[in-house]
Amino acid sequence: MTPAELDPLAQADLRGMTQRRFSRRDIIHAAGLMAGAGLLAGCSVAGARASVIPEGYWADKKPTKFVDWAQWPLYIDVGKVHGRNTHPSVDAFTKATGIKVKYEEVIQDMDSFVGSIQPVLASHQATGYDLMVLTNGIYLTQMRELNYLVPLDHSRMPNFFKYADPTVKNPTYDPGNKFTVPWQSGITGIAYNPKYVKRPITSFDDLFDPAFKGKVGMFADNQDLPNLAIVGIGVDPAKSTESDWRRAAKRLTQQRNSGLVRAYYQQDYIAPLSKGDLWVTMAWSGDIFQANASTPGLDLKFVVPEQGGVVWTDNLCIPRYASNPVAAMELINFYYQPDIAAMVAEYVNYFTPVPEAKRYILADAKAATDKDDRESLLQIADSPLVFPTKAMESKLYRYATLKPEEVPVWNQIFEPVYES
Amino acid sequence: MSRALPDDDVRISPLRQRLGRLTGYWLALPGGLWLAIFFVIPMVYLLSLSLMTGDFINGFSQTFHVSTYWHTISLYHDQFVRSIIYAIIVTLLTIVLAYPMAYWIAMRGGRHKSTYLLIILLPFFVSFVIRTLQWQFILADNGFVLGTLKHLHLVGSDFHLLATPVAVICGLTYNYLPFMVLPLYVSIERLDPRLMEAANDLYASKLQALLRIVLPLTVPGIFAGVLMTFVPVASDFVNAQLLGGAKTTMIGNVIYTLYLTNNDYPAASALSFTLMGALLIGIFAYARALGTKDVMEAAAL
Amino acid sequence: MTTSVKSAPVARRPKRKWTYYILPVYTWAVLLYLCLPIFVMILFGFNNTKGRYNITFQGFTLKWYKELFAIGGLTDALKNSLTIAVLATIISVAIGGALGMALGRYRFRGKGGVSLVVFAQIATPELVLGTSLLSLFLTLNIPRGYWTILLAHIMFCIPFVAVTVQARVAGLDGSLREAALDLGATPMVAFRKVTLPMIMPGILAGALLSFALSIDDFVTTSFNAGQTVTFPLWVYGSSRLGIPAQVNVMGTLIFLFGVILAAYSILAGRRKKN
Repeated sequence: MTPAELDPLAQADLRGMTQRRFSRRDIIHAAGLMAGAGLLAGCSVAGARASVIPEGYWADKKPTKFVDWAQWPLYIDVGKVHGRNTHPSVDAFTKATGIKVKYEEVIQDMDSFVGSIQPVLASHQATGYDLMVLTNGIYLTQMRELNYLVPLDHSRMPNFFKYADPTVKNPTYDPGNKFTVPWQSGITGIAYNPKYVKRPITSFDDLFDPAFKGKVGMFADNQDLPNLAIVGIGVDPAKSTESDWRRAAKRLTQQRNSGLVRAYYQQDYIAPLSKGDLWVTMAWSGDIFQANASTPGLDLKFVVPEQGGVVWTDNLCIPRYASNPVAAMELINFYYQPDIAAMVAEYVNYFTPVPEAKRYILADAKAATDKDDRESLLQIADSPLVFPTKAMESKLYRYATLKPEEVPVWNQIFEPVYES
Repeated sequence: MSRALPDDDVRISPLRQRLGRLTGYWLALPGGLWLAIFFVIPMVYLLSLSLMTGDFINGFSQTFHVSTYWHTISLYHDQFVRSIIYAIIVTLLTIVLAYPMAYWIAMRGGRHKSTYLLIILLPFFVSFVIRTLQWQFILADNGFVLGTLKHLHLVGSDFHLLATPVAVICGLTYNYLPFMVLPLYVSIERLDPRLMEAANDLYASKLQALLRIVLPLTVPGIFAGVLMTFVPVASDFVNAQLLGGAKTTMIGNVIYTLYLTNNDYPAASALSFTLMGALLIGIFAYARALGTKDVMEAAAL
Repeated sequence: MTTSVKSAPVARRPKRKWTYYILPVYTWAVLLYLCLPIFVMILFGFNNTKGRYNITFQGFTLKWYKELFAIGGLTDALKNSLTIAVLATIISVAIGGALGMALGRYRFRGKGGVSLVVFAQIATPELVLGTSLLSLFLTLNIPRGYWTILLAHIMFCIPFVAVTVQARVAGLDGSLREAALDLGATPMVAFRKVTLPMIMPGILAGALLSFALSIDDFVTTSFNAGQTVTFPLWVYGSSRLGIPAQVNVMGTLIFLFGVILAAYSILAGRRKKN
């Protein structure tokens, strides 16, 4: 066998790379063509803002029997039927309404998800999703500013007004719940692995302890990382100013430069925390619960630091040009039924927006035959991280609300911290 | 080597003959057009986009704003320099790792040559992302490599590789090693074994034979290998993302973030264009230093 | 390495010094290094993991093979990857093969320019291929998705096919085709019966290469995927959360498929030679 037959890849590449097959004149010609085309390309990239959605949007919308739901991974109850993963609450919805649900776990983080749908919406095309779950903050505000969100039809969501916790109604980022209702909320705080950390972690300053050099994890994002740091230096993000931002960023930069930070993580901090690659890390409350629940022998701890934690809300909302907005409204309404909210809360362990769900979780605990199941259900019903107590609420802060012109300033201050 | 040209077709009718003369054009047209539309023209758009100003919400318009280049390069020059340094280290490492192996397989592989080459190609049958993720696992702080070393007290208990430049360089070296081995193998395998015998007959030591004969004759292979490793390594972002940590971000990661999350298209395309320019200049300078003409002629053998 | 080469004998000697074994041992060590991640991947496809994180080996199981398609998103991503790879292979072999023929056999104006573009494309970093296409799509306001991925894949496969086919065509003996034409075959028949069989190895190699490049592509795809998710994109995205064992299983199956194909081609080549 000749080398040519055996390994056309190497052979061909070698030739492709090195053979002399064009002259200097060819190169000059090509450059000339490029320059000529350059004149043609003096065009522009269209703005992303769409026209305002008119008042009568809902007037001509007909009910349909299908809804496409973009969701974060592992953010709903999971069952198993015939070896396939299913979502019992989704199946219950289909059974109750006849509406088929395409449940897509496509949102890994806000940046890339919003980055993938915005250009589609900017060209006035449907994203294919009828319902999506977006975290409050810069991107949600931007989506609203661009008129990419459909105003909700309040007449089609009676359960929300009946059962939603008063604290989740009328949030600052969406007055009057015009475009969004909460799916779940969670806390950004600190998690640690007691196998390696032999003292209780209580404070934001513990993330700066030289004893944890190279074992500290921080988030690589322009929301949780800055806001937790602002809370950490004793400032309420909602009232913070540019000088507070700079102080917080300086603190974070020092932490990085002194070699404390192992890496800046997106959602991938749980595995290194479990393995011991990380000892202390910024974390989301529900993640730690789920990790403990799903991995035998794992006992990670989550704490809200004494300076306070950051509370965020993931919201259900309808993207513009959605083909099934009425079905999406039905789904929103359905998930505010307390028994359905309980199904979700039992699995995801984040703050549920429906306090009434506690009753159903307790009832399920009573009915549970397995001792472990019962205990974990009781624990969930009791957890201040699922049903927040007053004491907990007093320690929680919301994200800073940024005006559009402040966003670039904010990004330029915090981005160099984690894009390093 | 003689090439068959359309003159072969002399024995057919004049019409056929005329059509035959056009065959080259017909054959080249679809591919040429495709490359023009989806490779050459996009380059122009890349350049054009980098000179625009504006923002995502209100749109970008062409203003030939060249200072975006200075601004972004000054913001991200650390990552830029880091990418080039990593690429140099990785390229040197792959040459050192690959040369002895390629040499042995080509010279002494015998009838098992193809089997060895197949093994080198095996990793290509597994997705690049999956392979890199496995290194995340292998190099974990308490994984089986470091865990064992720590157990034997060969390294301190807080020693770690993941999230350090070492891990990123290891990952890159691993991923691009085959791209160095294959061209080296091809060029060594083409050597006439009688050359070595002649050197031996003329009382050249093995080392002399290697330095004076084998190395110079395989320069084209090294050239191809360097092209195929240096360029992709300098623009890689997967390894830094999956294996790196604080202060290992490469220029690829920055470009990725600027395009896909910040929607800062002019800055992103300015960096892309600069990267491409830097690499092209590097390649041509390198080809010059080696003597382009010789290289190309040697490769055409 | 210099010392080992220095002492390696050229002619065979009955007794070999220990230094003779340095290079083979070294080679096998590097080969092992290249294959290590594959072993880990295969092993952890059999891991009886209880939770979300496939980190420590907890016992042998075949359940991930049975539940291969349990994760809807992953299955869809694999389907996208497979269909794109097949389409990209077919189209780039047709277009790139023709281009290779043209470059290898015919003379035409602009040939040097086309060669330059082919060379430049291969030498351009994938990142720039991806971002420049993205710039085109952004400026022309073309939504990105399945079709833009396919366009991009065909684009980066064409030069590889063209170069492999060209190398093959350039090495052909033209006299066989001439003989066919002398015997009254039309150019079309001569192509089908004579040229095509002779350049087939080049075409097959180009096809294999295209398929491999396309199914594994991450960089270019990530810039031009829009909302469409392919297998590598899915794996990359889910790596933030912990990769389900099904990914290892799919990786293993694709790997086996590739190995069988490659081994078959080597064996077939050997048989032909014998």
